[in-house]
Amino acid sequence: MPELLGLARRVAERATVGEEVEVYVARGRETSIRAFEGAIEQLTAAESAGVGVRVISAGRQGFSYVGELDEFAALEALREARDNATFATVDKHAGLASPDGVEPPVLDLWRQELVSFPTDDKVALALDLERRVRAGDPRIRQVVSADYLDGLGEEAIATSRGIEVTSRSTGCYLFVQAVAGDGDDTQTGFGYSVGRAPVDLDIDAAAVDAVDRATRLLGAKKARSAKVTAVLDRRVTATLLGILSSTLSGEEVAKGRSLFTGRMGEQVGIHELTLIDDPTNPLAYGASQHDAEGLACRCNSLIEGGELRGFLYNTYAGRLAGTSSTGSAVRGGFRTTPGVGARALSLQPGRHDQAEIIAEVGEGFLVQSITGVHSGVNPVSGDFSVGAEGLMIRGGELAEPVREVTIASTIQRMLQHIVAVGSDVEWLPGAATGVTLAIDDIAMSGS
Amino acid sequence: MPLTVGPLTDLVEAPTLERVLHESLRRGGDFAEIFAEDCSSSSIFLDDSKVEELSSGRDRGAGIRVVVGETTGFAHTADLSEKGLLTAAEAAAAVAREGGAGVREAPLLRKAPEPRQVTTYPSTVPKSAKVNLLLLADDTARSAGGAIVQVSAGYGDSRRRILVANSDGLLASDDRVRTRLFVTCVASGDGGLQTGSHSLAYTLGFEMFDDHPVEEVAKQAARRAITKLDARPAPSGVLPVVLKSGTGGIIFHEACGHGLEADHILKDSSVYTGRLGQVVASRGVTLVDDGSLGPNWGSLAIDDEGRPTQRNVLIQDGVLTDYMWDYLRARKEGRTSSGNGRRQSYQDLPMVRMTNTFLLAGDEDPDEIVSQTPHGVYVAQLGGGQVNTATGDFVFGMTEAYLIEDGRITEPLRNANLIGNGPDVLSKIDAIGDDFEMWPGTCGKDGQNVSVGCGQPTLRVTGITIGGTASA
Repeated sequence: MPELLGLARRVAERATVGEEVEVYVARGRETSIRAFEGAIEQLTAAESAGVGVRVISAGRQGFSYVGELDEFAALEALREARDNATFATVDKHAGLASPDGVEPPVLDLWRQELVSFPTDDKVALALDLERRVRAGDPRIRQVVSADYLDGLGEEAIATSRGIEVTSRSTGCYLFVQAVAGDGDDTQTGFGYSVGRAPVDLDIDAAAVDAVDRATRLLGAKKARSAKVTAVLDRRVTATLLGILSSTLSGEEVAKGRSLFTGRMGEQVGIHELTLIDDPTNPLAYGASQHDAEGLACRCNSLIEGGELRGFLYNTYAGRLAGTSSTGSAVRGGFRTTPGVGARALSLQPGRHDQAEIIAEVGEGFLVQSITGVHSGVNPVSGDFSVGAEGLMIRGGELAEPVREVTIASTIQRMLQHIVAVGSDVEWLPGAATGVTLAIDDIAMSGS
Repeated sequence: MPLTVGPLTDLVEAPTLERVLHESLRRGGDFAEIFAEDCSSSSIFLDDSKVEELSSGRDRGAGIRVVVGETTGFAHTADLSEKGLLTAAEAAAAVAREGGAGVREAPLLRKAPEPRQVTTYPSTVPKSAKVNLLLLADDTARSAGGAIVQVSAGYGDSRRRILVANSDGLLASDDRVRTRLFVTCVASGDGGLQTGSHSLAYTLGFEMFDDHPVEEVAKQAARRAITKLDARPAPSGVLPVVLKSGTGGIIFHEACGHGLEADHILKDSSVYTGRLGQVVASRGVTLVDDGSLGPNWGSLAIDDEGRPTQRNVLIQDGVLTDYMWDYLRARKEGRTSSGNGRRQSYQDLPMVRMTNTFLLAGDEDPDEIVSQTPHGVYVAQLGGGQVNTATGDFVFGMTEAYLIEDGRITEPLRNANLIGNGPDVLSKIDAIGDDFEMWPGTCGKDGQNVSVGCGQPTLRVTGITIGGTASA
């Protein structure tokens, strides 16, 4: 990593008087292995690296990137970013992050054991995963993919405002998609396990999950349209929290593009609803010491006791809203400028696990998975309508499987109609934790 | 044998390609391929009436795959020197069994259609001209009415030069120029906020704007947002749906397009497996995938495996006639690729993907299709969808829709998803209009995004589940 920071620093030092320069350097290595029918279908070994340069001059911002670590190419990107800046509109809020004195959390997100984990062992994991799913139930007809994936990432940020940070992390995943069949009926389910090192992976849990999810939907039918209490499975809740986080982006709020614009301090949900974004928690897969502008990550409270308490800001959004960054800058790699986003959202857990919530709800619909989130959820208007499959809940127990229905409401309504938050917190890949969540007054559309 | 030097062998010289292919198969293997690319792109984003950012970048590199039996090894590198390519080749070939060397005798022969002709390369257009387009879009959208409270607009262009060489002796190249623009508006009213968007995207250079004025894009986006301020919740339940020509093509992309990709077929994870020659849709439904169709968003001269794109008829008058194929899946079935092998970049393995997928026009008057629908929903714009190919269940979201009452288009509806099952919905198409429109989109599969076109005439589905909240 010293060489990444060295490169970032050498380019950032080229800043001229009155000019701000930020250099983001990233390097990653990934392996992905897919097993199919007892053999390896694909094995990919990949390294990628690049430099993103942001220039702010007289209130104008420009950006350029290059997909290699060559210093000459990085200086070319600096030149291009400068040129790009001359065409932007003058914006008094534009500016790089200033060191704010907040100490970054001490996190160890790197596992050397993953670096030295032999490829043969990775192959064995993928093959074993597929074998376990095929053997898991006689009705498993196909395993479309059984994947082992891992990645090592290193990054460095240096700016002309005095920020110099580096970080690195490892991660690995098992992911499997199963198809179950019974007569003419076909259903699918997927399972996964995630960790920072192979020792964290629970291959059995991933296999059992895929088998259970596919087989328990066999015989599923379209249900009749009705108002229901929806019990969201943990993964579905994590997706919902991800949507919610885009409405809590301080930039979207300041630009009038969020259903929470102008509602700070209002009671937006039930009293039991508390939502935080805490990337300092080492259990979160989105945990990080620094945000994408090099400021320390910190725990941000968003909704407390149902009351809207905070939004997420990067430096630009903070200035736009007349406040400061919450250390919530995120970026999708060296090809993009920092945006605003959550890294580790979680709901304050309740007292009951999923089985107890199902018993308590009595009549309802356990939502196993949802589809069409990008086409059916609008974080500006709050309209929420997604495809769903799962199991009906009757007499407090899981009953017949259901497919090809939608569930709909608005995000605003859903927050006011939560009837239970589970105790079953699970750290999932992505920016949100999973927990069972029951919401009533949901329109289920079917036949 | 002498090589016919193509225009893009400046990316990697032909003798280097030969040596790297040879090295890729040294330890065994049936097939080796080098995919090299040099991609330059630029984008501009306007938000809150400010040109927030101009961005540009360049990605160069090569992906190498080695196929041994049913196993594919793949590695990529940003280093296009012979040394860099040989390192990647070695990593890709690591899957090959130790033992007898593979076959690598075919000399490279260049064979590929000419890339699409571009009149104005975006790289030759001053950045200020691109910025002005967005400022014009912002002005136009805001002048649509006081209800418009926020406008964002984006411009993007890319030039992607690719080179494919493989151990069968193929050497092909393409030079792809794409340009796009989108506008999204937020309108505010008593009932809260609503959004409207519109986009323009073609496999063309800056000349795209000669035929497609930016003002039209902005007006459409603003009109959609304002219209929805008065929208009522969409119905919940099954109703007849009339899909306006254009974005409605998403229904075919999801209802059967993905399910006709040969990788799903060969893994028996599609509802269309084993159904060739059978009736899978209403009479009159003829579905085509054609990557060579004009300057559409999904057009390519060759696919990302070097195969020229072509017109593939998938469903003919309701009967399933063929699937879509890439190199590997076609080889397995002893046939040729249909030109549907695509990848997001040199960092990805190719797989079977759609290009421009569309339903051919019928002979009915679109207005009459509406007037002959007593009660239903008219969908003027769809915003995307998702399918589970194994079950055929798919969703698609409406972003501009209206009620149809007594054969007339009446009140606007709020956004909602619709859900259906592919084979079921295809058999419920009972009217096909004589109009036609294409629509540009981005299709995601297995983590890779590629540009696609969708298209259809106005058509009616007799019943589909609408996922709103109001009683149907």
